[in-house]
Amino acid sequence: MVDQSAVGRSFTPVTARVEPGRLRYFLNTLAEQNPIYRDEQAARAHGYAGTPVPPTYLFCLEMMDNERPFEFLTELKIDLARVLHGEQRFTYHAPVVVGDTLTFKSRVTGVTDKKGGAMTMVAVETEVTNQDGVRVADTARTIVVRNQEPA
Amino acid sequence: MSATATSHPAVGDRLVHKTFPPVTRHTLALYCGASGDHNPMHVDIDFARAAGFPDVFSHGMLVMGYLGQALTDSVPPNRIRSFSTRFAAITQLGARLTCEGHVTELIEDKGEKRARLALTTKDETGEVKLAGEAIIAL
Repeated sequence: MVDQSAVGRSFTPVTARVEPGRLRYFLNTLAEQNPIYRDEQAARAHGYAGTPVPPTYLFCLEMMDNERPFEFLTELKIDLARVLHGEQRFTYHAPVVVGDTLTFKSRVTGVTDKKGGAMTMVAVETEVTNQDGVRVADTARTIVVRNQEPA
Repeated sequence: MSATATSHPAVGDRLVHKTFPPVTRHTLALYCGASGDHNPMHVDIDFARAAGFPDVFSHGMLVMGYLGQALTDSVPPNRIRSFSTRFAAITQLGARLTCEGHVTELIEDKGEKRARLALTTKDETGEVKLAGEAIIAL
């Protein structure tokens, strides 16, 4: 079971390129029609340096280009079948546009038992920087580990 | 949503409102590929049952993706300063989701006028799936 010794653990940085084709697949999946994401000229006319990405897409980029997408679970010996997403936060510092190359650096910031040990909450925070070294975002997720079978 | 409504909102204003078609197995399969989240829980019923669930269920981040879409229908992405949510309940197949956001506070931070929005995503029964917040620049 994951315990306090996990706090402070960091994981292999992930480098991801914001590719137009993969972004289009995401937009199509969510039936996203907003022209700001689909028409570079429209985006530039609204003051963007290029086509921006939707607000949750950073989470996808980190998983897509990770050599081991579930490294954090594997390293902490957490069974994928016992995991639920508890909370997610994005804090944006600078725009991310198609063509950017982003680096994600993640570390465990908290492990908390809940409901008498029936669940464990694992908090992971990630710094996101772009190809110019600009910190574009911070993300934070809380993973819920079910230590017992659901009733 | 008019530019005026998002640049001069008042506490209580509803800035975000959008409904989505039912969550299907097909959407979950597509999202698995589109998001890079290949967790079989969302696409493989055998895996979900072995884990103690009756069926596959939605990625939380698909639901947050819909909430983000509803948000940026009203607020340009470069005016969102933060966006967060708690995943309050599992979103089942067939769920018809409604996303809403209301202004709860007008604030000033780093010399910028901002608004705090309370965000929710509910299914067709009114059950809250996501309870979140965004800070937007006005």
